[in-house]
Amino acid sequence: MSYQWKNIGPLANIPAQGARRLCFGHQGHPVAVFRTGADEIFAVVDECPHRQGPLSEGIVSGRTVSCPLHNWVIDLAAGEALAPDIGRTRALPVRIVSGEIHVGLPLAGERAA
Amino acid sequence: MTTPRNLVVIGNGMAGMRTVDELLKLDGGRDCRITVFGAEPHVNYNRIMLSSVLAGDKSVDDIVINSQEWYDANGICLNKGDPVIAIDRENRLVTAASGVQVPYDQLLIATGSKPLAPPIPGLELPGVCAFRDIADVDKMLEAARTRKRAVVIGGGLLGLEAAWGLKQRGMSVALVHLMPTLMERQLDVAAGQLLQRDLDRRGIAFFTDGQTEEIVGTERAEGVRLADGRFVPADLVVLAIGIRPNIDLARAADLEVNRGIVVTDDMRTSDPDIFAVGECVEHRGQVFGLVAPLWDQAKACAARLAGDETALFTPQALSTSLKITGVDVFSAGALMAADEGDDEITLRDDGKGIYKKIVLRDGRLVGAVLYGDVADGQWYLKLMREREDVSALRERLVFGRAFAEAGPGAPAATDYAAMPDSEQICGCNGVSKGNIVGAIRDKGLTTLPEVRAHTKASASCGQCTCVVEDLLVFAAGADARPAKKTLCDCTDADHDEIRQAILAQDLRTMEEVRTAFAWKKPEGCHKCRPALNYYLLCAWPGEYHDDSRSRFVNERVHANIQKDGTYSVVPRMWGGLTTPAELHAIASVAEKFDIPTVKVTGGQRIDLLGVRKEDLPAVWGDLNSAGLVSGHAYAKGLRTVKTCVGSEWCRFGTQDSTGLGVKLEKMCWGSWTPHKVKLAVSGCPRNCAEASIKDLGVICVEAGYDILVGGNGGVEVRVTDHLVRVSSEEEVLEYTGAYMQLYREEAHYLERTAPWIARVGLDYVKRRLVDDPEGRAALHGRFLHSQSFMQHDPWAERARGADAHEFARLPALAEA
Repeated sequence: MSYQWKNIGPLANIPAQGARRLCFGHQGHPVAVFRTGADEIFAVVDECPHRQGPLSEGIVSGRTVSCPLHNWVIDLAAGEALAPDIGRTRALPVRIVSGEIHVGLPLAGERAA
Repeated sequence: MTTPRNLVVIGNGMAGMRTVDELLKLDGGRDCRITVFGAEPHVNYNRIMLSSVLAGDKSVDDIVINSQEWYDANGICLNKGDPVIAIDRENRLVTAASGVQVPYDQLLIATGSKPLAPPIPGLELPGVCAFRDIADVDKMLEAARTRKRAVVIGGGLLGLEAAWGLKQRGMSVALVHLMPTLMERQLDVAAGQLLQRDLDRRGIAFFTDGQTEEIVGTERAEGVRLADGRFVPADLVVLAIGIRPNIDLARAADLEVNRGIVVTDDMRTSDPDIFAVGECVEHRGQVFGLVAPLWDQAKACAARLAGDETALFTPQALSTSLKITGVDVFSAGALMAADEGDDEITLRDDGKGIYKKIVLRDGRLVGAVLYGDVADGQWYLKLMREREDVSALRERLVFGRAFAEAGPGAPAATDYAAMPDSEQICGCNGVSKGNIVGAIRDKGLTTLPEVRAHTKASASCGQCTCVVEDLLVFAAGADARPAKKTLCDCTDADHDEIRQAILAQDLRTMEEVRTAFAWKKPEGCHKCRPALNYYLLCAWPGEYHDDSRSRFVNERVHANIQKDGTYSVVPRMWGGLTTPAELHAIASVAEKFDIPTVKVTGGQRIDLLGVRKEDLPAVWGDLNSAGLVSGHAYAKGLRTVKTCVGSEWCRFGTQDSTGLGVKLEKMCWGSWTPHKVKLAVSGCPRNCAEASIKDLGVICVEAGYDILVGGNGGVEVRVTDHLVRVSSEEEVLEYTGAYMQLYREEAHYLERTAPWIARVGLDYVKRRLVDDPEGRAALHGRFLHSQSFMQHDPWAERARGADAHEFARLPALAEA
């Protein structure tokens, strides 16, 4: 799968155990970038699989975020809801290039997994 | 030894499967090959709990009685979604809609009932449904999501529960009822009127004496026209006027039917190899709509199927209760005196909304109607069933069990040893004392959730929880333990253990707490992090550094997130006072930022709704320049201090309630508390500021100030308790500070003052605040010390640029 990579600047733009929603989205859906307490970076579509709550406003613990609307817990690496809930939001690839975060948007025409 | 018999069950509902369940417990049931046909595409579920699913209190999974695994484990062949269409008695064969044919040696008909549908035009329109099964509930939930107005036809148990469920789901609901009062078969006129009053206050519109003439609509239902010309508009019409036994199959097979399928005491139909149970049967002229007799029928029928030729079904006195949160109704037996020989005894407290009536005949209890306080319902029912002579209790009976039994001529408390094993404890799930005690002893159960999981007792409506808990203590003795409420799944410690350790072990950070208690997740979770953050903030004022990443979004961005992702902004108005300059500033902000809704709140201030997140700092900056600061309407902290105008303007005012309210608000604003806190000051006992439903209320009187605590509006309304009367404003301030601090130091996170006081007891609060002047002063001192670090306007800091990353989206720099 090929991607269009967007540079969103240095790690410091995002608070540790926090997230920022981006100015651009993916296929009409908002995208947020998360930074964990261990400084790992993840990007996911900023919609809870339950009721489309803004995950970027949730509490980040370990590699998970809890949706602020109904406390679904989403694994950030896979975008997958943890049991007992079932559902997933799309996870997008990220890479660090000379200290700056790049988010990969799948190019049009590619089907979602 | 008999060869395996084929038992075919038509109907996969509560009565049919209960019979199968009872049969499997009996020796004679083991040699059956059981085939079940069900019209619905589901496993067996608890139909009476559908209203809880509709209201959102339970999920469909919660109400499943027997899972697919149960059918498999017992070798039962279940044909879901495949109704039987014919019974061939000559060849002993049933035929299902799918064409499947199964021979039987014995047949059990449990086809239940159908909704009663009167011959009114429009019933076939889309948007009209009954309230009978999961498919109906799905239709109603779909309508609640996409449409606005619902009309429920029928003011009985089912109709009221449907109306309440739809109301809970956000629809505007009207209820049409043929009779002048609600639930007229279970309630007398007085109780029916109380019920209507309470539900009217909860926003359900009633059309009593309403005969539905037509459901109007072209493409789909648009409303209901009544015979007297009234028209009720609706997008959804729910028909809940009653049920009738489903006897079509039995009639086609030439079994004897009347209103229902006629059965004798042994649950046999007119064909001795065909049995019937549940709502489809008619027994001695009576048909059934409540669950309790179905359990008794199932038991008798199962025994007969297993070869016990002595088992008989005997109807018992029945009771009804309504599953609407916060509305307690109980009814059993006679509603009123039948003739001059009967006596009615009535207790009525209009202020508290309590009504009790009992009916006596020849020294025995024959009926009870309870409204508002139904704790004694099961006791009255027991007295009725046992036909005990209650003449000696007559004067005390209506006051309930505790009072009646405290007097002479009655036992002191329930003697669980003497209670027969067959006594039914849980009416919803048909669980007897013997089932519960047996499970506790055999499986070594020690907690209520375990008993619920193994027996289902008290797992549905919960009314019998107290009795089940008593039985646990009776059967498990010292082993019985209350279920421990841990802080969250990350730890085995509870709130109190953690709070004590923070002080005793001098734990200063969340990390230290998690280490001390060997937390299961290194960073904790969304439940424990906000709690620990608060506990540390409260324990170490001025020293602990508040962790914004452990706060819920509203407290992190200092505004309330709304369902569309915008925010609401509520500036503080001290004691509800404002000025022309402040109002100008609010008006300018609303215009400048295109704020769509401006609303006056119940707490005497103004809510600006629909503010875009990126606009928040600028909105706050503009409000700040007019002197307006955050109202903390988003905080688990002090919200508002509501006041009336008091002695400055009001001819009834005894003290300066507004001025006192401002002083209280100036003292308490900015504090963080376990949950939100609302205060009010009324200038006289007319109580225009509604002080008696606040966390702390002050009512001014000529002689001084009454301080009230632990009230609550909202879903579970609770009136305050009187704490103390004092004579000066200074004392009011000291008591308030001390009360705030006691609550801050000792309540659990997310526990409002009402449940906190219910847990620790009002006497405890009085001991700490009223009986101990030094302790009170010390608490007040600690509150003021904590406040000295807290009273900074969070809006001003952010308007100046703090936490800017919270309010702006992150842009892309350039193409990579």
